[in-house]
Amino acid sequence: MMRALALVERDMRKFRRSPALLFASLVMPLMQLIILGNAFGGNIKNAILGVVNLDRGPQSVDVLERLRAVGANARTFLPTDYDDQGAAINDLRKGALSAVLIIPQHYSRDLLERHQPRLALITDNTDRTVAGAVGAQMADLVASINAPQVPPREPPQAALDVVEVYPYVDYMKYFLPGSVSLAIFMTAMIGGGLLFIDDKSRGLHEGYMVTPITKWELILGFNLSGVIKAMLAGETVLVLGAVVAGIPNFFQPARLLELTLMVGLTSVALIGMMFFIMARISDPLVPRAIFGVLNTLLFFPSGAVYPIAGFPRWLRLMSNCDPFTYAVHGFRTLLLKNVGITAITTDIFALVLTSAVVLTGATLLFRRTL
Amino acid sequence: MEAHSQSRNGVAIQVEGISKRFGALLAVDNVSFTVQGGEIFGLLGPNGAGKSTLIRMLTTLVPPSSGTAVVAGHDIIRDPNAVRASIGVIPQNMTSDPELTCAENIGIHARLYGITGARRRQRTAELLEAVGLSDRANALASTLSGGMRRRLEIARGLVHDPQILFLDEPTTGLDPASRISVWEMIAHLRAQQGRTLFLTTHYMDEADRLCDRVAIVDSGRTVALDTPVALKASVPGASRIELQFEPDLPHGAADLEQLPAVKSVRALGSATYRISSDRGPASAQELIELARDLKLELKALSVQSTSLDDVFLHYTGHGLAEMDEAAVPAGRAKKGGPR
Repeated sequence: MMRALALVERDMRKFRRSPALLFASLVMPLMQLIILGNAFGGNIKNAILGVVNLDRGPQSVDVLERLRAVGANARTFLPTDYDDQGAAINDLRKGALSAVLIIPQHYSRDLLERHQPRLALITDNTDRTVAGAVGAQMADLVASINAPQVPPREPPQAALDVVEVYPYVDYMKYFLPGSVSLAIFMTAMIGGGLLFIDDKSRGLHEGYMVTPITKWELILGFNLSGVIKAMLAGETVLVLGAVVAGIPNFFQPARLLELTLMVGLTSVALIGMMFFIMARISDPLVPRAIFGVLNTLLFFPSGAVYPIAGFPRWLRLMSNCDPFTYAVHGFRTLLLKNVGITAITTDIFALVLTSAVVLTGATLLFRRTL
Repeated sequence: MEAHSQSRNGVAIQVEGISKRFGALLAVDNVSFTVQGGEIFGLLGPNGAGKSTLIRMLTTLVPPSSGTAVVAGHDIIRDPNAVRASIGVIPQNMTSDPELTCAENIGIHARLYGITGARRRQRTAELLEAVGLSDRANALASTLSGGMRRRLEIARGLVHDPQILFLDEPTTGLDPASRISVWEMIAHLRAQQGRTLFLTTHYMDEADRLCDRVAIVDSGRTVALDTPVALKASVPGASRIELQFEPDLPHGAADLEQLPAVKSVRALGSATYRISSDRGPASAQELIELARDLKLELKALSVQSTSLDDVFLHYTGHGLAEMDEAAVPAGRAKKGGPR
């Protein structure tokens, strides 16, 4: 054990002296949280809507007023008047507009005569998100035009009330569990197994291979130092991310303990997994080549960015085998629901099982000789 | 920490028929020898001769393909950890961590041998002082010169006061001043502390200057093993004398060939001759007397003693330098392979 601590001491001293490593481990996941958290999940605003009014009657003026009301309040789109339908379509094709609304000739007369006039919304479907948001806003607007002026005597018999069980969760909060897991994973990628490969490539490993340190102590030392660094990174991103994302009641002691347990279990599983992968690799270029692949294979299927329910069947199966999935689910449950450790027993079991499998495999694969 | 008495008085290293094969290449071929406690034992050979592979087997870094060795009383195959605890190793590559300070490098190495607390701090300070790096204790190893870095490596290897110290080409890549500094340190280690030193080198002068006994290694085999003096004496006609007469000898080389000490004569022109002799400098006296008898002036006379280079040439049929040139590109082809 004492000899394993020598490796831990060495790695911690080097970690402290490496600002780039600290930056990569801590700052990058935080930056990702802030940028992705703000980039995804917000409401669409300020889409430019070209409006071609071919009617000029009083009912079309009512439409224009409702459009301007949206532009002044919800700001989903900003209406811009066009006299020429061709020019508007041309601007839409060039990307100057997100959609074009055409109010047809005789719209007012047809509406009053109940001839069901049709407003035309032409959207740029290369951006389905903006097109969908403008379409939904326009559907509401048309529904409001069609609403009866006088309320019906008989109210509707059935209604749906939606109640959210937890406080409002914006995308940044949703993404925070992924950021914490990613910080741990990044430290696992640049620490743990990679350090041994780095030692091998520089011949430094010969220095400790000639000492009485055993194979077990070597494995323990590398993994322990990796876990400490991963926990430091995970805890830092967890605390700063929770403050930035505004997680309510984050600093409850019991909750912090539960989260720390999750950080520890995730660190052991991911560091162990990387050590297992690196156990027989000597070429320092190999890990660099597989990092991008690993990131894609582990991070994106985990549900960190998008719900697993939206995945095809084969990707859901992949998620089930991904330790990252259980880390993200565990953190999400503790951070967003705060329902205690009993709600994440499956996640804990999956991470413990992963740790046991990968560390056993790494021990079998690891060779103490050159 | 173990006492030095075992290596001082008894056999420190017993190598028995050890071989190492890397695929089709037999890097070390059935080598056997014994190193007595307290001696400085050298393995001399060119790059690729198998020296580093042999030292790596003895230090438990590479398992032998056949044969075995007992180091400090422990079998390298059956009890490698006991061997590791008893030896200090200064590998050929610089293995001190460049991102750690000198003191940290020694301190962490001490911890690897179970030395902690006040003893660790004390030992670190002692060793830094011993290798002349006290003023660089807090300097990163990456900032040291090659000679300083090698001294740091030696300090690390001594941290647990080992019975036997292995040094794999300790002065390779060092400038002449640093080489001399390391030589003095090695001589001091033996003189002051009486430990056994096992070193590999491809420098003849290094082996000659430092080693009590030298094993000449070529193509994975030991071709000769003895003291440097005995090895040199074993080469017939190894003393070379060059001399010039004024005027020339009346019968040329024939006048010299009749002298008892002379084994062979070669005329170099301009009344200059090169003589091979078994009797070394003593034969110069006969040549001086010959010049006096023939009333000739001896304008120049130089005696060259046998060098280990001559010994190497004698036993292997080729020079050390030419082997180095041939071996360098191939010898490092595969990491962890033979050197």
